[in-house]
Amino acid sequence: MKRVFVNEKWCLGCHLCEYNCAFANSGLTDMVKALKNKEIHSNIHVEGNENINFAVSCRHCKDPICVKSCISGALSVKDGAVCIDKNKCVGCFTCILVCPYGAISDNGNHAVQKCELCLQNSCAEPACVKGCPNKAIVFEERE
Amino acid sequence: MKKYVIIGNGIASIGCIDGIRSVDKDSEITVVSKENYNTYGRPLISYYLQGRTDTERMKYRPDSYYTENRVSVILGKSAVKIDKASRSVLLDDGTLLEYDALCIATGSSPFVPKFEGLENVEKKFSFMTLDDTLALESAISENSSVLIVGAGLIGLKCAEGLSKRVTALTVCDLAPRVLSSILDDECASLMQKRLEDNGIKFMLSDTAVSFEKGLAHMKSGKDVSFDVLVLAVGVRPNTVLASNIGALTDRGILIDNNMRTSVQDIYAVGDCSQGYDFSSGEKKVLAILPNAYMQGECAGVNMAGIERSFDNAVAMNSIGFFGLHAMSCGVYDGEMYEEKSETGIKRLFIKNGYLCGFMLIGNTDRAGIYTSLVRNKTLLSELDFELIKKNPSLAAFCADFRRKSLGGVV
Repeated sequence: MKRVFVNEKWCLGCHLCEYNCAFANSGLTDMVKALKNKEIHSNIHVEGNENINFAVSCRHCKDPICVKSCISGALSVKDGAVCIDKNKCVGCFTCILVCPYGAISDNGNHAVQKCELCLQNSCAEPACVKGCPNKAIVFEERE
Repeated sequence: MKKYVIIGNGIASIGCIDGIRSVDKDSEITVVSKENYNTYGRPLISYYLQGRTDTERMKYRPDSYYTENRVSVILGKSAVKIDKASRSVLLDDGTLLEYDALCIATGSSPFVPKFEGLENVEKKFSFMTLDDTLALESAISENSSVLIVGAGLIGLKCAEGLSKRVTALTVCDLAPRVLSSILDDECASLMQKRLEDNGIKFMLSDTAVSFEKGLAHMKSGKDVSFDVLVLAVGVRPNTVLASNIGALTDRGILIDNNMRTSVQDIYAVGDCSQGYDFSSGEKKVLAILPNAYMQGECAGVNMAGIERSFDNAVAMNSIGFFGLHAMSCGVYDGEMYEEKSETGIKRLFIKNGYLCGFMLIGNTDRAGIYTSLVRNKTLLSELDFELIKKNPSLAAFCADFRRKSLGGVV
């Protein structure tokens, strides 16, 4: 299955992926309306220090501890991708407690959010990859 | 072809089914449950009372799960006896289920201490099951005064669930603080304040001693009037099926790291079992949901004939009340790193160069990175602890670790 990977040598730390992610998952067609004066809740997070930057999003683990730990059955694996059913999620944050990548976050509305590889929105391919100006983020099959 | 039988239909049971089916696609699996529902997320009962979920969304797996996994489910029946000689389980309707491998996933039951005059209380409930919850819901009205005995996870979640639906809510507990099993005094008092701000009254270091109709007499000499009583004092693992056949039990059914009991071909998982706790090094009842699933899955794989152990279970909890979240993991031992603000507390516990536990209240973002340090027993000298103690981040790890864990091309 194709997943999102980041080449930290190429990542500029520009945070554009965070904005593109939040926009892609906003359900809106106007980026300004979607993001202006709003708190950005993205599913990809740029981190780093003075030497290195890289973006982290869900690894779609083959043996996902978040799915095993979910108290409501809201997290599940669909065709290899770890998906969140926000309608079932009650926001207990047990998945945040167990994800070793810190890739699941509070959506600010009694539920969690995470990368679903833009399979659930209208983007068709991961928005973080599409918009990365230095092509540091890639969407590909790897072992 | 084997015959698998699982007693219980909670999270551990589902883990067991998934574990078996990951190895053995064909053999017969029978699940027997005394509850009349397909599996549901048991901790969701308080969210049900709050109106944040409903019985449809509470389903832990879709209804099609059992047919897709070719599982025969017997609902509304209890297992009454295991016969290890004939390898069979007798149900309360006389049905006999034969097994090649048996998994006991019977969970726990509320512990109700002897209170003088408890029989005078008409509306009294436990808060463990969906049936308990539906019964409690039908007993309350907006004029109700509710007394909850027990300020642990169950009692307080019940209080949160009821808070907007009744007139008065009092929670009492013999312990001097709320959530005494997972939080220390300072964290507990932050949480208590949040609960009090939402109309819940507390009587701590105090508990009900005896009851009259509509009145509880407290240890302190005070009286509390109420019309609905919830008893959330504690739970006891359901061990009797196992102990009756001579399986070793302590507080729970004792299991090894492959989830085997001391009786051949019988496994025990979830809240009824007592297995190895990685963080304390002792055998403990770790009655938490992720543990139940992972134990169940491990048992299932072993039942299907593949050796696999689950040996890094840790005590961990994530719980929130009225928007304030608390997380705990491992043991609170060794040297402490602390951050405090008006809205939250972070406490990390470091022993012998490892993170052995933590407690967070308020900001819980990316806490799983800390949990992974505990569960993987990561040597803190191998990462930038000065960085990670302030903010859980992968930048604190060496690039080689990141390349492996993130699958990157660094």
